[in-house]
Amino acid sequence: MTITEKILARASAKTSVSPGDVIFAKVDKVMMHDVSGPGVIKVFSEWEKKGKRLERIWNPDRVWVTEDHFVPAADRVSAENVITLSNFTKKYGITRHFKYGMGQYGICHTLSHEEAMVLPGEVYVGGDSHTNTTGAMGAFAAGLGHTDVAYVLMNGKIWFRVPETMLFRLEGTKPDYVMAKDIILKIIGDIGTDGANYKAMQFTGSVTKSLSMEERLTLTNMTTEAGAKNGIIEPDETTYNYLAERTDAAYTPVMGDQDAAYSEVFTYEINRLEPIVAKPFSPGNIAAARELAGTEIDKAYIGSCTGAKIEDLRQAARFLKGRKVKVRTEVLPAAQSIYMKAMKEGLINIFMEAGAVVGPPTCGACCGAHMGVLAKGEVCISTTNRNFPGRMGHVESQTYLASPIVVAASAVAGKITDPRDAKAN
Amino acid sequence: MKSKEKLKGRVHKYDRDNIDTDVIIPGPYLKIHDHAELAKHAMEGLDPKFAQKVSKGDFLVVGSNFGCGSSREHAPIALSQTGIRAILATSFARIFYRNAVDGGYLLPIEVEKSAVTRISDGDELEIDLERNEITNLTKSESYPMKPFPELVAKIIEAGGLLNYKHEE
Repeated sequence: MTITEKILARASAKTSVSPGDVIFAKVDKVMMHDVSGPGVIKVFSEWEKKGKRLERIWNPDRVWVTEDHFVPAADRVSAENVITLSNFTKKYGITRHFKYGMGQYGICHTLSHEEAMVLPGEVYVGGDSHTNTTGAMGAFAAGLGHTDVAYVLMNGKIWFRVPETMLFRLEGTKPDYVMAKDIILKIIGDIGTDGANYKAMQFTGSVTKSLSMEERLTLTNMTTEAGAKNGIIEPDETTYNYLAERTDAAYTPVMGDQDAAYSEVFTYEINRLEPIVAKPFSPGNIAAARELAGTEIDKAYIGSCTGAKIEDLRQAARFLKGRKVKVRTEVLPAAQSIYMKAMKEGLINIFMEAGAVVGPPTCGACCGAHMGVLAKGEVCISTTNRNFPGRMGHVESQTYLASPIVVAASAVAGKITDPRDAKAN
Repeated sequence: MKSKEKLKGRVHKYDRDNIDTDVIIPGPYLKIHDHAELAKHAMEGLDPKFAQKVSKGDFLVVGSNFGCGSSREHAPIALSQTGIRAILATSFARIFYRNAVDGGYLLPIEVEKSAVTRISDGDELEIDLERNEITNLTKSESYPMKPFPELVAKIIEAGGLLNYKHEE
């Protein structure tokens, strides 16, 4: 069995499972935020209208909550949603609620690893499609909607069809100026935005093993954009060391069997990979950054669970140090802890001296909700994960997706730029 | 919503693949949880007049990978609240499919590409869930539909996952 199959077998108390089996898996952790949380609460309130009653939830200690999409409160409705969420967590005894303006908070997927909320071998579900991100910790991590999260809160389990696993071997050595973002954009471009629909995407190979935890998280984060049920990487010393700095909780890692069956195996020679950009209006609509060189932009955005981890900010700072931006540039670290780390490392100074605005952690602009949306006709290059029509603002705005290095190099040039043609300091 | 009944309605066709959740219900509306209010903005990114066109019991006919993108349950809620009863697509993105079924909002029905090609905007269809057959009353022809997997059929029969009793 693959790592995904073994985790799901264990969670459903079976000796083995095969792709296509439908199982009810015991959940180890469940997450909801200020969009899915009120959605889940709405499901319960509709359900209670039918004469039912939610007395207690299955296990408050396995539930965690964050405020990330509409903070700072975009308007009165958003402010009320946060209150609704707070009332719920208080009523049902959920203590791991990361609140905006009260110490550590940030984008849910970032907290999942920064705060070691999820451990190797666990089944983790969340009310957000990019829950896949956390599979980089060696866990089964999948996104669900409001009803499914409500079901988990009541029963501590959820149904899954055991996915086939597509194996991606990333071999060779990663060239300078190429990041995990370029690798995953290339893969999505190759297999398509439904290329992994209902399947698991597993990453292995010498490049995967050499990547930092944060870069691995970029790979799994965007498996969602290929339609995958989950993205996953078998845990190793990098995973264990990352966790050791953050938690002393015990865990039992799960590894795939030597003879595990994969539905497809892809091998990528990363030596030859160039910086990649996804053009509007699909993450699969890729081109080499160099081919798009000179494309005029109005804004550069460095933010989100995909592209504002500390490693992302360090790479962006390489290009912004001592330079001035030529277009509107925003940097939003993905969590309070990352913001503080960036400050201590001098990165925030670099961004601000370059002329960029540095803002609080939020999903706001990435999903076109608030905190810097695009006007009709505006063009943005962004470290985020989606560029559907209207994703970051007006339906006739355009978003190009790229790595933090490419976005920073483009911010300085005022147009899309291959970082190799504009060397860092 | 029972899985064994016959459904009859008119078609709203958008012949494209990868209709994503940002198009079905754009990001700024994610803060809204009132079902009727969400319906007003259904498909706003593609056809701002959509909600006004739909009558109760109508069908949406689209291409592949419908509902790709976010996990927002607002998407099937908004569509079902306009009156859409079933969506005919060559394939669905996984979270959209789950949300439609588990929330008991509408039926995600997988059909062959040829069916999507043959069906026109405005056609009257009858969907027989017992025989897994779709009859085009306007064109007097029929198409097969992919039967729902066993568990999905049971959840539909129960009216959503919260009403479904799982036997260990």
